[in-house]
Amino acid sequence: MNTLSQPRSWEKFLWPLVTVVLLLAVWHYSVIFTATKVFPSPLSVERGVSELLNKHVLWADIGDSLRRVAFGYGLAVLVGMPIGLLLGWNSAANQVVNPVIQLMRPISPIAWIPVAIIFFGIGDRAAVFLVFLGSFFPILVACVSGVSSVPPIFRSAGRNFGLSTTQLIARVVFPAALPQILIGARIALGIAWLVVVAGEMIAVDSGLGYLVIDSRNSGKRYDLVVAAMLMIGVIGLALDLGFRRLEKIKSVRWGFRDAS
Amino acid sequence: MSLSGAVITEPVAGPKLKAHHLGVEYDHDGIRMPVLEDINLEIADGEFICIVGPSGCGKSTLLNAMAGFLSPTAGSITIDGETVSGPDPRRILVFQERGVFPWLTVEGNIGFGLSKLPRAERQARIAHYVKTVRLEGFENTYPSDLSGGMKQRLQVARALAVNPDILYLDEPFGALDSITRVIMRGELLRIWQAERRTIIFVTHDIDEAVQLADRVVVLSSRPAKIKEVLTIDIPHPRNISSPRYLELRDELLKQIGLAYEV
Repeated sequence: MNTLSQPRSWEKFLWPLVTVVLLLAVWHYSVIFTATKVFPSPLSVERGVSELLNKHVLWADIGDSLRRVAFGYGLAVLVGMPIGLLLGWNSAANQVVNPVIQLMRPISPIAWIPVAIIFFGIGDRAAVFLVFLGSFFPILVACVSGVSSVPPIFRSAGRNFGLSTTQLIARVVFPAALPQILIGARIALGIAWLVVVAGEMIAVDSGLGYLVIDSRNSGKRYDLVVAAMLMIGVIGLALDLGFRRLEKIKSVRWGFRDAS
Repeated sequence: MSLSGAVITEPVAGPKLKAHHLGVEYDHDGIRMPVLEDINLEIADGEFICIVGPSGCGKSTLLNAMAGFLSPTAGSITIDGETVSGPDPRRILVFQERGVFPWLTVEGNIGFGLSKLPRAERQARIAHYVKTVRLEGFENTYPSDLSGGMKQRLQVARALAVNPDILYLDEPFGALDSITRVIMRGELLRIWQAERRTIIFVTHDIDEAVQLADRVVVLSSRPAKIKEVLTIDIPHPRNISSPRYLELRDELLKQIGLAYEV
């Protein structure tokens, strides 16, 4: 007997494909039955995608969005990781800073848009700032909890071999916490991609988010709106799949399995 | 066989390790809980000592104090006449389980304490100890792909690689199945006879103690005092059905208060 919990290799592709085809069919026939003039059918979205590709604006917008994510997210990693390691290591410092972190963390980066515009004006730096804010806290929190949950045995063993505190953090605590840090970093990357699109709808005039809002504003081109949404989904998925490859690296793989 | 470049300790007059009126108290919400009381013990260089006692009596506490992870609240521990004040690579503690670093390969784990050595020497040292603990062919394997017994051998190899005078083992085979445990005892004896380190071995297994130790230290229940130090005067390899073996085993069971109870 074979069930979906143990799919054969061709089934892994077949059933998701069936889902996609069904969804497209429901979408297609809903557009026909409701005779809507506003919402596009899958076919007109497909034409929208090729129109965007032919006009070459799509690549520039994708590039702009990815660049903002790269800078904002990169900055969040560079700043959040060392601070997170420090706070995870030094629980006294963590107690001092933690209330502020917990207060800032639930504030949506979207709420920061007006502030970002005051600080940086309309432009790249405002969007990068928003992406930074969105990804900074998940990375920070993952580092703090990752470091503080490193088994004391590892630290004892490290100290037994004569490591200084800096060496202990670099050679024992960081690698021991890395699997948990990677989980936070992956969540942060997902958030970064959500935030850049939202930020681009208001704070800048390029990128995929701007493409969505601009397609609506200049002539209610909902085929292009949905086409841009699809691109956002595809790229977000690709980013996540790319990041997941990091979890396969052997020196962190131990942290992603139930086995010891 | 000693390695080239390995430090050969000069034979010292007097004991290798000396516990002098050692006492340890834990502080439980302001209530003083004495764990060890007036422990006096002298251990000679190269000796194999087993520490046994009822569970929870403070065997591990004693080992942690000797290894420098715990400061005594009374008395002192000296090694080669020098008071122990913290952990030191000259004496390595081997944990019961999960002591190996899962993010490093077998080679990476054994080489962990050797980062100051030149590359060639480090490689030679790693190769030597991979062979000593019989992990050849697993050099690039990660611990998650090793069995429990292999992980413990790896931990012993990582400890031996830094050339310590003393090896502290805290129930190192306690989490292994009984067959692997017997095999591991043989391996440890073989390594001890080849490398001649001082070994201080905590166990709750009477047979383990009689099979391995030169002397067995019996602790009382909490607060633990030394109840008895038993010399196991049987040469290796030990015949575990010889009358003398059974006699010493009975004596130990009696000391712990378990003789003829089952």
